[in-house]
Amino acid sequence: MPGKTIAEKILSEKSGTDARAGDMVVARVDLAFAQDGTGPLAVRQIEKLGLDRVANPSSTIFFFDHAAPSPRKELSDDHIFMREFSARTGALVSEVGEGVCHQLVAEERAAPGMLIVGADSHTCTAGAFGAFATGMGSTDVAVAMATGKTWFRIPESFRIVLSGNFQKGVYAKDLILHIIGDIGADGADYKALEFSGNIKALDMESRLTVSNMAVEAGAKAGLFPSDEITKAYLAERGRGELFREIYPDPDAVYEKTLEYDLSKIEPTVSKPHTVDNTALAKELSDVRIHQVFIGTCTNGRLSDLRVAAEILRGKKVAPGVRLIIGPASREVYLRAMSEGILAALVRAGGLVLPPGCGPCVGVHQGVLGKGEVVLSTQNRNFVGRMGNPEGFIYLSSPATAAASALTGRITDPREVMK
Amino acid sequence: MKLRGKAWKFGDSISTDHIAPGRYFHLRSNLPELAKHVLEDARADFAAGVKPGDFIVAGWNFGLGSSREHAPTIIKLAGVSAVLARSFARIFFRNSINIGLPVITVDTSFIEEGDELEVDLGEGTVKDLTNGKEARFRPLSPQLLRILEDGGLIEHIKKHGDIVL
Repeated sequence: MPGKTIAEKILSEKSGTDARAGDMVVARVDLAFAQDGTGPLAVRQIEKLGLDRVANPSSTIFFFDHAAPSPRKELSDDHIFMREFSARTGALVSEVGEGVCHQLVAEERAAPGMLIVGADSHTCTAGAFGAFATGMGSTDVAVAMATGKTWFRIPESFRIVLSGNFQKGVYAKDLILHIIGDIGADGADYKALEFSGNIKALDMESRLTVSNMAVEAGAKAGLFPSDEITKAYLAERGRGELFREIYPDPDAVYEKTLEYDLSKIEPTVSKPHTVDNTALAKELSDVRIHQVFIGTCTNGRLSDLRVAAEILRGKKVAPGVRLIIGPASREVYLRAMSEGILAALVRAGGLVLPPGCGPCVGVHQGVLGKGEVVLSTQNRNFVGRMGNPEGFIYLSSPATAAASALTGRITDPREVMK
Repeated sequence: MKLRGKAWKFGDSISTDHIAPGRYFHLRSNLPELAKHVLEDARADFAAGVKPGDFIVAGWNFGLGSSREHAPTIIKLAGVSAVLARSFARIFFRNSINIGLPVITVDTSFIEEGDELEVDLGEGTVKDLTNGKEARFRPLSPQLLRILEDGGLIEHIKKHGDIVL
């Protein structure tokens, strides 16, 4: 038999089988979570099973991030419903103000070799650690919460081989937008993306950005092998003992191999209304923008806010541009505050939201008006995504977003980073 | 299982934001109310016009985007008997099976708006009774068909006491 991919290795271990791409298995889950948009339905599905318990309370989490703090009474009631269920069952609640689920899983939970399911499509973010992490619906996650396991079809894998290093002004977001533009929004449907080659060019926060958007190519997971960078991040976060080596076998079988030279990637932007509709930032300099949003589970981390502050410090955003900053977690917020990042961004004309998903999901905190154009560091630009089907959403890196906030039009950050 | 109804045509890349828009996020615990807005941002006439048994017929990558199970759930609540598309996004596909909504991967280009269709899930056939054309599709794997026929994953577990693949 040939060797195994990372996906085959983790799902074999968790199912106690010799699993290969295409097999169906039932596997033990190490962490199951939902957010406030999917959690209430998950609780109702657990109740439909006739249960009022969860299998592993300390590995079951309800994150309040999509509507945090709640803008409507219906959503406040949803929060109460999940708090009461958690109080009865011992499941954990991540309260309003703590941050976005995927960032908190990265800060506090994820480790190589884990199997993580979340009722949120961007659960694949934790693949950056060499964990098999995938988004599912409320029913799947309800079953995982109630029974500690769920069913999986083992995905085929695409190997993505990286080489070279980024040019100045180019970031992980540009890489993943470029890849999605290349293979298409369904180019990796049902597959796992497995990154290899010069992955040390990507620090942990960069890997989180890349893995976060695997689902935007249709993928089930976006997996990095674990290495010294993973080990150092875990040690810094106080869970160094959870490090283990996760890597594919040298003779693993891949459906496809794709190669990218990081030095050839340029600042990239997704245009409305699909993520794979990409262009170079420098080709879009005639696109005027009304709002810039720097935040989310894709790019609301400390390094993202730091880059934005470097570009905007001592300057002012262009007239007619609203700059919204959304730290992805309480810790990001506090560190950005103590480093002077938030002060620089607010002095430049920005406003700072509480930690959470912010306007990305269209619930509140920056809903677009008719015909308005936003440049956002989030991961999706579908019709209606930010609360108005008559708005236009462009996606970019924090550097491109900050540079564009200065000029009022989509701007290659290298123009202002001299 | 044989299904019969009228075709409602949609294009490619119908996202979960088209199906269950974020501006109705507060209705997620009130599914009958949310279902009144199903697919509103793709076809404004759909929610009011769809009849029990009708089919959604779409192009590539139906259901891409978020994991919100509310999307297939309100399609089912609206009375749709199955979604036929050239391809489905992974999470939407899985959610549909888990809640008992048949999803069929098939070349839909021969079907026109309003055509009367007959679908046989076990045989893997779609007959367009209006234009007389027919297509075959690969039936779901036996494991998924069992979950679907049990009425979704919750009913499946209640019936068998566990997940039985």
